[in-house]
Amino acid sequence: MSNATTAAHGDNYLNHEKGLWSWLSTVDHKRIGLMYMATVLTYFLIGGIFALLIRLELLHPTQTIMDANTYNRMFTYHGAIMVFLVVVPAIPTTLGNFLLPMMLGAKDVAFPKLNLASYYVYLAGGLFATASLFLRGADTGWTFYTPYSIRTSGTVILVLTGAFIAGFSSILTGLNFIITIHKLRAPGLTWSRLPLFVWATYATSIIQILATPVLAITLALLVMERVLRIGIFDPAIGGDPVLFQHFFWFYSHPAVYIMILPAFGVVSEVIPVFSRKPIFGYKAIAYSSFAIALIAFIVWGHHMFVSGESEFAAFLFSLITMFVAVPTGVKVFSWVGTMYGGSIRFNAPMLYAFGFLELFTVGGLTGVFLATLAVNVHLTETYFVVAHFHYVMVGGTLMALLAGMHFWFPKMFGKMYSESCARVAWFLILVGFNVTFFPQFILGAQGMPRRYWSYLPEFTLLNQISTVGSWLIAAGFLFTAFYLIKALISGEKAPSNPWNALTLDWQTPSPPPHDNFPVTPIVTDWPYEYRPDGAIVPIQGAAPLPA
Amino acid sequence: MSSTHESAYPVHHVGHHFNNASDEFEAAKQGMWVFLVTEILMFGGLFVAYGIFRGMYPEMYVEAHHALQMKMGALNTIVLITSSLTMALAVSATQRGKKQRAIGMMAATIFLACCFLVVKYFEYSHKFHEGLLPGAFYSNTEITNPKAPLFFSLYFMMTGLHGIHVLIGIGLISWMILRSLRNEFSENFYTPVELVGFYWHFVDIVWIYLFPLLYLVS
Amino acid sequence: MQFPNLMPIAATDAAVRWNSLYNFLLGISVFFFVLVIGAMILFIIKYRAREGAKTFYFRDHHFLEACFIAIPTILLLGIFGWGYSVYNSMMRPPADALEIHVIGKQWLWQFQYDNGRTTIGNLYVPLNKPVKLIMTSQDVIHDFFIPNFRVKSDVVPGMYTSVWFEARVPGEHQVFCGMYCGTSHSQMLAKLVVLNDQQWAEFQRGKKIGPQPDARLNLAAEDTTADPSEAQAATIEPVSLATQGRAVFETKGCVSCHSAGDPTHGGANIGPSLAGIFGKNAALQDGQTIRRDESYLRQVIEQPQSHLLKGYQQSVMPTFKGLISETEMNSLIAYIKSLK
Repeated sequence: MSNATTAAHGDNYLNHEKGLWSWLSTVDHKRIGLMYMATVLTYFLIGGIFALLIRLELLHPTQTIMDANTYNRMFTYHGAIMVFLVVVPAIPTTLGNFLLPMMLGAKDVAFPKLNLASYYVYLAGGLFATASLFLRGADTGWTFYTPYSIRTSGTVILVLTGAFIAGFSSILTGLNFIITIHKLRAPGLTWSRLPLFVWATYATSIIQILATPVLAITLALLVMERVLRIGIFDPAIGGDPVLFQHFFWFYSHPAVYIMILPAFGVVSEVIPVFSRKPIFGYKAIAYSSFAIALIAFIVWGHHMFVSGESEFAAFLFSLITMFVAVPTGVKVFSWVGTMYGGSIRFNAPMLYAFGFLELFTVGGLTGVFLATLAVNVHLTETYFVVAHFHYVMVGGTLMALLAGMHFWFPKMFGKMYSESCARVAWFLILVGFNVTFFPQFILGAQGMPRRYWSYLPEFTLLNQISTVGSWLIAAGFLFTAFYLIKALISGEKAPSNPWNALTLDWQTPSPPPHDNFPVTPIVTDWPYEYRPDGAIVPIQGAAPLPA
Repeated sequence: MSSTHESAYPVHHVGHHFNNASDEFEAAKQGMWVFLVTEILMFGGLFVAYGIFRGMYPEMYVEAHHALQMKMGALNTIVLITSSLTMALAVSATQRGKKQRAIGMMAATIFLACCFLVVKYFEYSHKFHEGLLPGAFYSNTEITNPKAPLFFSLYFMMTGLHGIHVLIGIGLISWMILRSLRNEFSENFYTPVELVGFYWHFVDIVWIYLFPLLYLVS
Repeated sequence: MQFPNLMPIAATDAAVRWNSLYNFLLGISVFFFVLVIGAMILFIIKYRAREGAKTFYFRDHHFLEACFIAIPTILLLGIFGWGYSVYNSMMRPPADALEIHVIGKQWLWQFQYDNGRTTIGNLYVPLNKPVKLIMTSQDVIHDFFIPNFRVKSDVVPGMYTSVWFEARVPGEHQVFCGMYCGTSHSQMLAKLVVLNDQQWAEFQRGKKIGPQPDARLNLAAEDTTADPSEAQAATIEPVSLATQGRAVFETKGCVSCHSAGDPTHGGANIGPSLAGIFGKNAALQDGQTIRRDESYLRQVIEQPQSHLLKGYQQSVMPTFKGLISETEMNSLIAYIKSLK
């Protein structure tokens, strides 16, 4: 086959090789990114169905559709699947895998085979965790607090093993990304010219490699508690159940930032492009990611203010937690500052960025409530906490994932989706989200504890509003699935740079060729040089693009 | 016969995404360092648990540690340090293209690793026999401190996780011997052997911390 | 500012202080939300894409960025200080607080009073008197949560945690279990019944207290009188918790080794004397000093080896773990506390 015919067929990564096996055995970071996306979305569907069933059960104060034991399993799987299999890997493994080498002007990640192995490790972890669903299931909650998780019956070990295995995928992906950023930047791509998505991914990867091993050993010890009754976390044998909480939150608090930092990265890319303005406070946004990553490791005790931890520990953890709000605030102000004096366009990715700002601001501000010692005592373990972390993790991370998916959809698949459909879905999801979760703040302040299968009649109205909201979100996601699949099949052909963006990932055809760039790009400026006259200067050097 | 023939070496292809072999080598080395950091954190969890319970029950640690066989632990320390030396010699021989010597040294490393496991086997079976078992299975009556089962839980978890790392090390070094026999390494390409060397030294260092913490409590 | 339906009633002084802090946080959150989202909406409208419009060009504004850091930092430190001061007052019970033992188990709450009475599901406390709950669990972790008082604490097996309050509103207050504890977690409820002086005196004498009105109804009229028909005659003369503990002290054999500082009771000084030790510091054999509080007593009763006192090379006392129930433990500790 001559070069001419290859070019005529438009040799890109999607049709570079054909057949199922070429996908399953690929080491191309773009294909691996898409495989992750398909898997993450599948788990999202499963976790989402559980969420809908949980909300349906809470339609009435007593039993609606399931008994308490079933309900307890539902929220356990909803939490475990959404945290370990969806929100933690959501952006790094999908958008991160696809975009990181492209934004760096590289042909692949540093260790492509390891990357593929990480995918299968993740898949295996997910299968372990979900396999237990078909056995007796687990009812520990996703936090696996001891000694309940030691005593309860069910297939807890399978879920723990699943989370343990999925953790290694996270570690290996983080490792791969760190080395990729160190070693594979294109000529001229200095640290101060890195796109903010890359900075965010870098900070995320550092947390992944430092925190996840501690989760791994904690879960392994818990498995040993159940198998060998080692007693380290079991007061009946002389151990300390609160030690488990310390170990667990030493991972799981930083994990919150594994979830949200990549979302910050996506929003930092979307807002300047659709405001046609340089990002405001580039360095502040880049460094604040590291400030957050650093603080993330020394605030875990704020999950345990009422666990019997000492007053002194509570004092320190509350004080340090306050400082998380500072770099986070810097980011929010910088994004809004970027929009000031811009030329704002309302394409779907930007709408999702607006949605992100609204939900994340609410989530962030309510975080200050929970960081405040006395206030935390009343609000912790209530629906206030549930609403807070859904606003941050779903409102933040998932909105950013949707922004990113709509932003890079043309690049990934070379097709355009319907903007008007996207607007309808965005509206449904945003409104549905607020209707679902805002009442939960009030429920929590009123004192309704979380993980309640039944509740006092006085909480009925707000619970019912919340349940109706969940149906709006579901409708929004179903509609999104519909128009994106339609676009995949029969969407218009996308140009190589539909949004006139400046990062390297857009300076190559859509979909990109197998090696990402026809010629290795040479970078001469930062990626946010949007000039006042709106002229598009091909600043980030690359070969001339095909029309 | 093929060991000295330059043309007999299969050429290692530098990954298409790297500029040159030295970039690729540096990336692999950095990757291994980062991986070892994650390993330290994983063992770190156990060390922290050890430290917390030692702070709570210092006298229990003193009493319980007498049940460990200090001489066997010391012997194993010497065995592992020697194996680190043979591994280092194997890496240096590979770098200089001395295939036979490298394979010999790696075989010696595996032999020492097996010695370590055999000694460990005798230690473990002694403890099983004495009822010095983790947590709820503890049945020893000589040590009167009621918290003593915790010490043996930690002992088995820490040495167990370390033992798994020794087993993985034996597997990796065997694989390196196999690849050496297939002439995959040369003065120009010895990354995998060097990385396995890093790993083996790490396993050794973990033991050097475990030994005094478990066997030499005072 | 009042949020009548959004918050539970504030039935203690601490809850009132808590409300002010909470309302301040609400106010400041609304302010920042309007600032950020208002600015966003303003920019969306004002700077929407138009033909020929020129955009601004700036990358940084160091003064503005310094403000982004400084202003929130100052505000947050203030919020932290306020939060800590309220928390601090919620954590420190007055010395004369009435102590009640709480035991959580799947899935009920049990309460033990000084006078030896035990109730399940209903916790009776006096109005306008500080009450300290000393809590432990018999199985897994629970959490004692009284929304009207804004207090909550995990109830952990193998250790004691506590909360304290001084109820200002009589009647029944809802109690939840806040920590997921299995199948019937959401039904592990209790009522905290605040009694006026007369009712409390009756309760002390062992009378049965009938259902009381919901405290929310009592908030307006702070004074209620008990319906005399509800109170029934005492059927048993309650034995105080410390007296029950004295019996445990004998039946479990403690008396054969430990002196209770009472010539009629104990005297063989094989183990350390227990008279007047509670709340004092003691030197340990390894050179450390330890405060002999409830948790200490529980630990050395369950596992005497865990803290050897100075002068004792080893302990000959048997391990009581598993041999003594939570109720016996509470009464025994009450007895040791009563020794002078």
